[in-house]
Amino acid sequence: MLHMVVCIKQVPDSREIRIDPKTNTLIRQGVPAIVNPYDLNGVEAALQIKDQFGGRVTVLTMGPPSADKALRQCVAMGADEGVLISDRAFAGADTLATSYVLAKSIEKAGRLWGQPAIVFCGKQTLDGDTGQVGPGIACRLDYEQLTYVEAIESVDPDRGEVVVRRHLEDGVERVRAPFPVLITVLAEMNKPRRASLPGLLHAQTYQPIVWSTADFEDLDRSKIGLRGSPTVVSKTWVPEPRQVDTEFLKGETGEVTSRLAQVLVERLQTVQGA
Amino acid sequence: MAEAKRKPAVGLQPEVDVDWSAYRGVMVVVEHRRDKVAKVSWQLLGESRRLADKLDAPLMAVVIGHEAEDIARQAIGYGAERVYLCDAPELADYRTRPYSRVCLHIIREVKPEIVLFGATYTGRDLAGAIATHLPTGLTADCTQLDVDDNRLLLASRPAFSEKMVATILCKQFKPQMATVRPGVFEALPYDPRRMGEIIRVESPLDRESIRTEVLEFVEAVNRVNLEDAEVIVAGGRGVGGRAGFDLLAKLADALGGQVGASRAAVDLGWISHDHQVGQTGTTVRPKIYIAAGISGAVQHVVGMQNAELIVSINKDPNAPIHRIAHYAIVDDLFEVVPALIEAVQAARPSARVPVV
Ligand SMILES: Cc1cc2nc3c(=O)[nH]c(=O)nc-3n(C[C@H](O)[C@H](O)[C@H](O)COP(=O)(O)OP(=O)(O)OC[C@H]3O[C@@H](n4cnc5c(N)ncnc54)[C@H](O)[C@@H]3O)c2cc1C
Repeated sequence: MLHMVVCIKQVPDSREIRIDPKTNTLIRQGVPAIVNPYDLNGVEAALQIKDQFGGRVTVLTMGPPSADKALRQCVAMGADEGVLISDRAFAGADTLATSYVLAKSIEKAGRLWGQPAIVFCGKQTLDGDTGQVGPGIACRLDYEQLTYVEAIESVDPDRGEVVVRRHLEDGVERVRAPFPVLITVLAEMNKPRRASLPGLLHAQTYQPIVWSTADFEDLDRSKIGLRGSPTVVSKTWVPEPRQVDTEFLKGETGEVTSRLAQVLVERLQTVQGA
Repeated sequence: MAEAKRKPAVGLQPEVDVDWSAYRGVMVVVEHRRDKVAKVSWQLLGESRRLADKLDAPLMAVVIGHEAEDIARQAIGYGAERVYLCDAPELADYRTRPYSRVCLHIIREVKPEIVLFGATYTGRDLAGAIATHLPTGLTADCTQLDVDDNRLLLASRPAFSEKMVATILCKQFKPQMATVRPGVFEALPYDPRRMGEIIRVESPLDRESIRTEVLEFVEAVNRVNLEDAEVIVAGGRGVGGRAGFDLLAKLADALGGQVGASRAAVDLGWISHDHQVGQTGTTVRPKIYIAAGISGAVQHVVGMQNAELIVSINKDPNAPIHRIAHYAIVDDLFEVVPALIEAVQAARPSARVPVV
């Protein structure tokens, strides 16, 4: 059976985060937690493949116990199982430590439900904004790596391959890769479905599977959480806006614009002369 | 209790005692596709020149591809002292597995203390794979770089929708790696007389291991290229609709520039996303940036504040955009822009002749 895994993350809705002007620190209180939007595109992609070929979709998240809500949302959409990988020891992980735990979890999911042919991740998270976890997982599992995918052209479970379109700055690349493969998806790929009513009802009582460090036989403790993270944040600050001596151009529109035009054209001449 | 608390070991420690002192120099991985080099690669060489000087260490570049010797030579012209060139037919197209294997091979042989990539789709794809293999720390999407007295890379990047900046260190591993946002740093002027050495590296690849195949590359037509534009005339919600953007396009034409936009205008469907400037759009550094009907939210400003000359046209005297503008006009853009088009055409009649 075609087994697919989607890695998701619950994130604070960063659009709602404000800075406390007195202390210059983040106000996190009252900021709603959402499923990282791109991850939902990953869930949708997996569900569409399942709709077409059958199979099984497992959703994984590493996070605090409250992240079970994010898993339920995906189960309501149609995912078969949600796994919460949760332990204090996992906290403080950077992308290297995160990809280690997720890769170990995908291996474990593979032992339970068959090796995943496709693993989906969002192209990046709203809060971390790195896009590094997907490549990290692919590298650890030795999967083919297809990032920034805007469309899946075809899936062939018999031959065990996919053809995707990768989005690049100056165009689009069509790539064929054999299973197993890790795909990171862009928002353009699809529109995540709304949960059906039976889906919602099922999700209401659904209890995600929880894995803590004790549930892994082969976890290297030195590679998880804060201890397993090579990068450290040394400081954060609120950036100062650039200091400019603004000249306000006042007066009659015709005068103002001809003065400005003069300045602009002079600038361009020095540019082109250089 | 008198027992002294032991400080917990913070951060990943190397598995064995490693002597990192052999790691020296700054290395930039040059990105190119179909003979065109991503500008950010040259910008990185420019900024890395400063870092390498501060470290008193060499500045190196890596070029991977097929028939890419000319690109290696260009890298020297942009400041690299040494270029590691791996040239093989199977490296013609970028693919993660072969490219990351070649980079790993070069990094392990050459031992640079810092390795930098453009924060492009390809740069992020490649850097993420390499950092995991090594392993080492990788900081994404940096906008400021520096080194301290302990030769640590201070990699700073925006956090929380650009509301804060965080400086990130990797103390226990070498090389220290980062991807860097395009458009933030300046390239050195290209100088074909600059001297440097090209070192050819044998491809360490087993061809059988390359299983992914690039079938086709479809170049986007009419995708705007804001990164290369010398003049950008950008509009926001205040432009009011597509017709307003047609007006801005006329001004852009008169100045030989391109049209940019705020996210609000893009979200309203008045113009496509490739015109968007800012955190979730493009970072630009044109000679002239004219912002019309844009309020100047921080997510927009981070994408354009490095423009050499900024002009704001906004009827709200308190709009934050005025504070970062060199010339500010507090007025209705529908009055100002048409007059400005005429004034530019009068001051620069030749501009109406299309330059080929
Ligand atoms: C995670 C995140 C990422 C984001 N990324 C980006 C990004 O990449 N780029 C970006 O731009 N934004 C981004 N934003 C959105 C940003 O916060 C602002 O909402 C957006 O920039 C506002 O666009 P605006 O200035 O066009 O609109 P508004 O803030 O509504 O400003 C319109 C301005 O037009 C002026 N105006 C109206 N009519 C006229 C007239 N006739 N003549 C002159 N002036 C007039 C008004 O005075 C007003 O100042 C992001 C936000 C988030 C949360």
